Amino acid sequence: MEKVSLRDAYGDTLVELGKEDERIVVLDADLSGSTKTAKFAKAFPERFFNMGIAETNMMNVAAGLAASGKIPFVSTFAIFGTGRAWEAVRQSICYPKLNVKIVCTHGGITVGEDGASHQALEDVANMRNIPNMTVIVPADDVETKQVIRKVAYTDGPFYVRLTREKFPRIFDESYKFEIGKGHVLVEGEDVTIIANGVMTSFALLAAEMLEREGISAEVIHMPTVKPIDKELIVKSVSKTQAVVTAEEHSIIGGLGSAVAEVLVENCPVPMERLGTPDVFGLSGKGWELLHYFRLDENGIIEKVKKVLERKEK
Amino acid sequence: MITFEPQFFTERNREIDDGTLRAIAREVRKDILKMTTNANSGHPGGSMSAADIIVTLYYYKMRHNPENPKWEKRDRFVLSKGHVCPALYSVLARTGYFPIEKLMEFRKLGGMLQGHPSMDTTPGIEISTGSLGHGIGAAVGMAIALKLDKSDSKVYCMVGDGEIQEGSVWEAAMSASHYNLDNLVVIVDNNNLQIDGPVDEVMSIYPTMEKWKAFGWHTIEINGHDFEEIKRALDEADNVKYKPTMILAKTVKGKGVSFMENRAEWHGKALSPEQLKEALKELGEL
Ligand SMILES: Cc1ncc(C[n+]2csc(CCOP(=O)(O)OP(=O)(O)O)c2C)c(N)n1
Ligand SMILES: [Mg+2]
Repeated sequence: MEKVSLRDAYGDTLVELGKEDERIVVLDADLSGSTKTAKFAKAFPERFFNMGIAETNMMNVAAGLAASGKIPFVSTFAIFGTGRAWEAVRQSICYPKLNVKIVCTHGGITVGEDGASHQALEDVANMRNIPNMTVIVPADDVETKQVIRKVAYTDGPFYVRLTREKFPRIFDESYKFEIGKGHVLVEGEDVTIIANGVMTSFALLAAEMLEREGISAEVIHMPTVKPIDKELIVKSVSKTQAVVTAEEHSIIGGLGSAVAEVLVENCPVPMERLGTPDVFGLSGKGWELLHYFRLDENGIIEKVKKVLERKEK
Repeated sequence: MITFEPQFFTERNREIDDGTLRAIAREVRKDILKMTTNANSGHPGGSMSAADIIVTLYYYKMRHNPENPKWEKRDRFVLSKGHVCPALYSVLARTGYFPIEKLMEFRKLGGMLQGHPSMDTTPGIEISTGSLGHGIGAAVGMAIALKLDKSDSKVYCMVGDGEIQEGSVWEAAMSASHYNLDNLVVIVDNNNLQIDGPVDEVMSIYPTMEKWKAFGWHTIEINGHDFEEIKRALDEADNVKYKPTMILAKTVKGKGVSFMENRAEWHGKALSPEQLKEALKELGEL
């Protein structure tokens, strides 16, 4: 599978949006080269605001812009946007339900060499726990483009999690992203694998390998972590009676937690969560770290076998 | 290689001439470039601007003990602009905290030297940093603790000139003067560059001296590459009572290698192996 840059897709889409709609403004905190908002800055310098290394203020300023009719896209690394600035996001953006689009790059462990201080393994949790916030974790560039377009023209606060590392392209132009909807990519009978971000591509690989062993896995791509697609989860799980979630994030508070919440209240079945196990990251190359944490097809297969054992009991 | 016995470092204000400091700083600059090229990532520019100051702190000024990193009487150094840890790792290795070969583990999986300073994995690191604007607050806490313990140890903290755009830096500045922390010295590495360009174009922090003065600090401005001035400023801070001291160090990002100096592009990018060769030649190696 060809590897593609989600953040470049973001930057390019921002430029298109800037041409279409005068209300689009972009804010960054001294990382515009990395987040790719520099593309927008070059095309529309008068609508780009570099706020310096001051992420909290950047969120409050975005709130003011939104309250005055602008559509601000706000970017920095995921840990600073969702961690450092968390309370400004809660108080100034989500509580008043303002039209601010927080799009952060450098989510997850694939940040790589910068190490633990820069690896956001809790950003989805940080944003998911705030009322009125919608949280989206795209898998590739095709999806990222659609997500950015969709959130630009859907009212309310959004968090979109992108990455530094390039990921395999899994979608073609026939794909249609919808807020709050999961996508069955492979139909199966024995177990449901629910994934997003880079983990969806590993889930597809895992399903292929499992099939050779006679295990039929259903693969659901779940880009919207909140609001989560409850109907789809219940429907699939009613059939398979076992679930594995896979995310490039801590197992606490992200996709795994969101799915578990749906299951306990609707159709409790054996479930295993793949993610980082409540630990900080460390320095290394992005792909090296994915394998180190078993965030790959092998990690998913291990979890599937474990959950199937529990299902049989 | 210029080496000293660990005991050499346990008294402040050591006899060490500028020529020796300069020679050590040159070795540190070579380490910075080799480490980042070996890792094919990291932050050489700001490491080079900070090198002379960090060398002067560890070789001339601070009381510390490489054999006993947690020595109770040590002065503390907090690298609030944690991304320039290559400079600090090199100085820690060269003063004897860990073997110099470890520098090649920088940013490697399983290595001791993380991409940003981690106090869990690296001896001599006083507090983990990397997210800008936090280290200086921790330095305030250390200075308060030393006062509580009636210790005469001092806390030195280096911040970047982009870093001081963070509001938390000013919260720390406010609290340090409120608690009369004359045992705290903050050095602002004023290379006038951050990632997206010159600091005054991205988000101006100027006038810097006046801001720190207004926050109740004793302020000194120096050339951050002149060892005599660095020493004198650090000594002046010893005589300031009831106030913290801020040293505004005018520096050059990428200092020491002509094609890196004053260029934002070398903030977070390693030299290619060919560029490294050229740079090392300029620094007197090969
Ligand atoms: C809170 C936070 N925001 C953003 C970053 C990303 N970042 C790393 S270094 C840097 C620029 C720092 O500039 P400056 O403080 O001037 O450092 P120097 O020029 O000495 O390298 C930025 C924005 C970070 N590490 N922490
Ligand atoms: Mg700077």
